[in-house]
Amino acid sequence: MKKRSLIPILYIAFLMLPIYWLVAMSFKTTNEILSGFSLFPQTFTLENYITIFTDPTWYWGYINSIIYVTINTVLSVCVALPAAYAFSRYRFLGDKQLFFWLLTNRMAPAAVFALPFFQLYSSIGLFDTHLAVALAHTLFNVPLAVWILEGFMRGIPKELDETAYVDGYSFPRFFVTIFLPNIKAGVGVAAFFCFMFSWVEMLLAKTLTAVEAKPIAAVMTRTASSAGYELGLLAAAGTLTIIPGAIVIWFVRNYIARGFAMGRV
Amino acid sequence: MRPENQKAWFFVLPVLALVAFNALVPMMTVVNYSVQETFGNNQFFWEGLGWFEQILRSDRFQAALGRQFLFTFLILLIEVPLGIVVALSMPRKGFWVPVCLVLMALPMLIPWNVVGSMWNIFTLPKIGLLGYFLNDVLGINYDMTQQPLSAWITVIVMDVWHWTSLVVLLCYAGLVSIPDAYYQAAKIDGASPWSVFRYIQLPKMKTVLTIAVLLRFMDSFNIYTEPFVLTGGGPGNSTTLLSIDLVKIALGQFDLGPAAAMSLIYFAITLLVSWVFYTLMTKDDAQ
Repeated sequence: MKKRSLIPILYIAFLMLPIYWLVAMSFKTTNEILSGFSLFPQTFTLENYITIFTDPTWYWGYINSIIYVTINTVLSVCVALPAAYAFSRYRFLGDKQLFFWLLTNRMAPAAVFALPFFQLYSSIGLFDTHLAVALAHTLFNVPLAVWILEGFMRGIPKELDETAYVDGYSFPRFFVTIFLPNIKAGVGVAAFFCFMFSWVEMLLAKTLTAVEAKPIAAVMTRTASSAGYELGLLAAAGTLTIIPGAIVIWFVRNYIARGFAMGRV
Repeated sequence: MRPENQKAWFFVLPVLALVAFNALVPMMTVVNYSVQETFGNNQFFWEGLGWFEQILRSDRFQAALGRQFLFTFLILLIEVPLGIVVALSMPRKGFWVPVCLVLMALPMLIPWNVVGSMWNIFTLPKIGLLGYFLNDVLGINYDMTQQPLSAWITVIVMDVWHWTSLVVLLCYAGLVSIPDAYYQAAKIDGASPWSVFRYIQLPKMKTVLTIAVLLRFMDSFNIYTEPFVLTGGGPGNSTTLLSIDLVKIALGQFDLGPAAAMSLIYFAITLLVSWVFYTLMTKDDAQ
């Protein structure tokens, strides 16, 4: 038994090393970083974090990212719910083709869409708004949400729907008061995935914004190039981007394995 | 069997409208560019399939495509077996399960550009933990900005670090769904660990493994941000994968026609391979 647990321990150690290095770096002064190697911060400093929390360009980067991620998550889950219900309960003309077409959007390289998206959102006057990024990210998040929710809904027996109709429930009332509570794990997992992929995607978010809705990634790259070689600051900014993900993952920890399997276990 | 009901289309309409807006309009823009030539001033000339021919014949595209296939192949070769091994050795019950799962999922929740920066800081010679360890402790000459081989290894290790957990979590989900009775039966029959794996665990993991391979194929084939931040495609062109090359052509040189043609070829390849995986997967679902 002991020997077996060695593999996960080694694997997790491998995962944690670069993260440790990023965090350690964020507490070092620029002088210490450039003067040579040290395993722990010698002169522990919070200066990098203070810079981020006092400079509006920095902290607005985080706020902007959180705003568009939230809009995207709510939007994606709300439109995916009825669609997933339709796919899990009924057959209709072209359902299989439609389902695959939705998935193809998850396959499209973001690089392919960067320029056309810029032109599309500029022409409808949404360029540099949170809504533009949120809408653009629905391209890959909506198909994913539909896929996950459909997997979870399929596990709910059809008899539940039928009993509710016999009892005189209307469809909307049945959906909200009976069906939704039954798949709340699925909704949580779908929301988690939408959050995750919107939070980590940077190419489209950067292409679609300039000043007003600039995501943290854009702030990081622009600051890194303009302020010279401030590794400590970059490390602190990077460390802070890990925190929102760590918080949301804790909420879905019991469903995460099943969630990654898209409810298909 | 699900009943047939054409009204179900109304439920799908919001999704359809949203995705169609996001997918069809940009896609048509790309198609438009791919068959036209422009000299600026918004003047366009019909070019036919010339760009496609030019792209498919260019050494640059073929080299990038070759590197892309090699990268994706290596990624699948390493991540899938490693993911299975880690998933098999994970505890099934108890306090450590959620801790393991959360820690393992953490790399996937880090923004992709931060992953690139993080590995950059990690591998810097003299300053980075790995760079220092390799160069000054082990005495291996390692410099990602100079040696193509070092750059390749770093990009691969970074992706293994970033995404192997996806395979682990998927396989783990398949494993915990196996009832204890199966293992007890195997024990009574005196089955070896290998036959337990081959005849009990592997069949149960088949569906999730197909999803894992499908997702890992799509994402590693489309990878852009992490290697771009880490190596910028260099040294030389050694780590210029397809997406990096595409962005260079489209946004760097602003060659819209060739970039659009390349986009479509690129998308077609992803689509074709994914379709094969998807067919395999839904065939399982139907059974």
